[in-house]
Amino acid sequence: MHEYVRTGASVICAFCLCLGLLCGCSAPAQELGSAGVQVTLAGSTSVQPFVELLEEHYSAENPQAPPINVQGGGSTAGVQAAASGIADIGMSSRELREKELALGLHALPVARDAIAVIVHPTNSLAGLTSEQVRDVFSGRIGDWSELGGRRARIVVVTREEGSGTRGAFEDLVMADTPIAAGALRQDSNGSVRVIVAGHPDAIGYISLGIVDQRVKALRLDEVTPTTDSVVSGEYVLARPFLFLWKTEPPRAAKEFVDFVLGADGQELLVSEGLVSVEEP
Amino acid sequence: MRSDRIIEAILFVSALSAIAALVVITFFIFQTGVPAIFRIGVSDFLFGTEWAPTRGHYGILTMMAGSLWVTFGALLLGVPLGLAVAILTTEFAPPSVVRVLRPAIQLLAGIPSVVYGFVGLLVLVPLIRQVLGGPGLSILAGSLVLGMMILPNVVSISEDAIRAVPQSYREGALALGATQWQTIWRVVLPAARSGIIASIVLAMGRAVGETMAVIMVVGNALNMPRSVLDATTTLTSNIGLEMGYASGQHREALFGIGVVLFVFIMLLNSMARWLTRTRRP
Amino acid sequence: MTETVWRYKVNPRITQKVGEAVIWLAGGLTLLILMLLVFYILWNGLPQVNWRFLSSSPMMMGREGGILPTIVGTVVLTLLAVVIATPFGVATAVYLVEYTRPSRITEMIRFGADALAGIPSIIYGLFGFVFFVIRLNLGWSILSGALTLAIMILPTIVRTSEEALRAVPDDFREVSLSLGASRWGMVTSVVLPAALPAVATGVVLGMGRCVGETAAVILTAGSSLRLPTGLDSPVRTMSVHFYILAREGISDRMAWGTGAVLVISILAINVLVNWLAVRLARRGARR
Repeated sequence: MHEYVRTGASVICAFCLCLGLLCGCSAPAQELGSAGVQVTLAGSTSVQPFVELLEEHYSAENPQAPPINVQGGGSTAGVQAAASGIADIGMSSRELREKELALGLHALPVARDAIAVIVHPTNSLAGLTSEQVRDVFSGRIGDWSELGGRRARIVVVTREEGSGTRGAFEDLVMADTPIAAGALRQDSNGSVRVIVAGHPDAIGYISLGIVDQRVKALRLDEVTPTTDSVVSGEYVLARPFLFLWKTEPPRAAKEFVDFVLGADGQELLVSEGLVSVEEP
Repeated sequence: MRSDRIIEAILFVSALSAIAALVVITFFIFQTGVPAIFRIGVSDFLFGTEWAPTRGHYGILTMMAGSLWVTFGALLLGVPLGLAVAILTTEFAPPSVVRVLRPAIQLLAGIPSVVYGFVGLLVLVPLIRQVLGGPGLSILAGSLVLGMMILPNVVSISEDAIRAVPQSYREGALALGATQWQTIWRVVLPAARSGIIASIVLAMGRAVGETMAVIMVVGNALNMPRSVLDATTTLTSNIGLEMGYASGQHREALFGIGVVLFVFIMLLNSMARWLTRTRRP
Repeated sequence: MTETVWRYKVNPRITQKVGEAVIWLAGGLTLLILMLLVFYILWNGLPQVNWRFLSSSPMMMGREGGILPTIVGTVVLTLLAVVIATPFGVATAVYLVEYTRPSRITEMIRFGADALAGIPSIIYGLFGFVFFVIRLNLGWSILSGALTLAIMILPTIVRTSEEALRAVPDDFREVSLSLGASRWGMVTSVVLPAALPAVATGVVLGMGRCVGETAAVILTAGSSLRLPTGLDSPVRTMSVHFYILAREGISDRMAWGTGAVLVISILAINVLVNWLAVRLARRGARR
């Protein structure tokens, strides 16, 4: 009998602890106080390093400006952070989807980025057609010899489904053909590059801005991916970097956005391999 | 004594913190995940072989297979090695060697999973690809990396279990003419069985739950693995891969995977509990 | 104990030799792997580590500069998490071992701790994000991160403390109680000091887990590169920085440097705690 009372009491006790945690903490949390005004940007991991770079220069030039915090999480997380207000500005590396457009967000392009199809530097191919790319990534073509290369199984590397980069790739190249289930999925541009750089038979797609001598970028339909061919529109595999917000961002955030869109900001982005949003 | 009672009460409430935290976490995960599983359809979810959120397919069978393969491999590699090291430090090694080995094991435990993953990616993956074939990113790579990661867990808890075996057991066996090895194999280890199994269970939990290192070396392919050289996806690596980007039903499905992981680990714990219970005299 | 009957009698001297050899081989193999691992990390990373690296902030997207904010972030987050978790963890273990007989409640508590231990860190990250960052409105902050990490290492501390306390011979307790000590007095003056080295190991394992945790930290403490100014500032830890650098392929040089600092920090933590535990135990036994 005593045992049951004890058990009951302790269950109630534990339950109260939970309730207490759930309710009681919210109040003091607000009083924890802010370290002053902060500006928070959150979202795409592709955009994040570039914005951090911009922040670096911005705060060097404007030491009295409030701190700007840059947070990753992914394009979709950026959309949600902007919609819910957790972040002042959300970052996205893809266009907004239908359902997201209904959220009532302002979308401001701050740069353009191209997607390059990459292979190992020792790969004999120099370029592919869109259709060939589609067949390779869907698994229809499984061996490099079918494309004129040596006899070897093609190792397909892709981003995960929700990635903005993959979304753009699927929209512009794959159309309705799904990417093969056996493709290796990686969670960032950098890791795709690492895999392709280390495997002679691999193929993948990454942000043009981070292509370097470790991998070889293929021509797509005879067009070489460069910032020029993106600007001219010849190279079609391009996506925008967007800043998103729902309600008017605070003044400090707006000043930062002005910097990003200004000459200095855009020059910085271009020097890092992105394409400016300014009209030439 | 009044003060003793008060202290006991304080300790009791602290102990409930473990339950409180667990309840809150469970509630959160189940609240989102369970409805999602039912909405997708339990058998479609658990036994479907296609995971394609953009087309509305949420089958996790391939991921479960991946998790099982990788975990089993990790245990195969890590448990015997870990147990052997635990026996070494408790029974065979002189204090001078222990003084070197124990910090070494602790250091292994402290190395972050992402570092293991990165080293695995740069060293193990090319090695596997060149020597054994396949893409290199594989179940084998995952098992090797995980095996090393769970080693310290197995060692430390097994050590405590072995050391908890009363010295009288050993002395009794030796007095009967057993060699040191016979004593360990037939007397000490069986006596320490509950603690050793506990270490294996916790290690299994750690292996099943590891995300970052696995994402980096296991390839994350979505087809059914047929050999240890195939790339695969584990339940955790899939959550890690897609969580940041997923929304709506996709995210809820990931919480559903969380529910499966949860239940699986609960089953593990219960099994371990049942095994050790029968040992009590 | 019943003797099993073997069909083939193997000379026990042989099993002794073989068994011992295998055990030593295992130890040697483990040590070798560790040395190779650490050597690889340090060989790649140490060249980057100098005073400027440790004391300056990252610049040029992490390609240059140093990692000071990440060091601060790691230290603050880990210490706070340990400070929160250890009292709860040790108290739970003490309660389970010293104050109770096996009962439904203790089974529940132990089950809770074991279950928590098994929950993958990514789920802690999800939970921490939805609960602390959003629901409790703490935002991406040190507090969110520390609370999440504290819950994560709680079971480790409980488990190892429990084993540690159980390993203390009952004689210690009986002697103390027979001398008239209260239960709490017995625990603090005799049992805890004797169990301290093993408890310290548990805390160290917990600390190591905090320092190495990536997924849960990104989702709760954020990944801001600025020096934190308060408990509500987001913060980036060295592990997160390493992951982002290595994954994005921004700078392998900087990534290895971070990795080297990480490994050296872990080594330093371990050495320090072991030294502390030995000293405390020695002092406790002398009393």
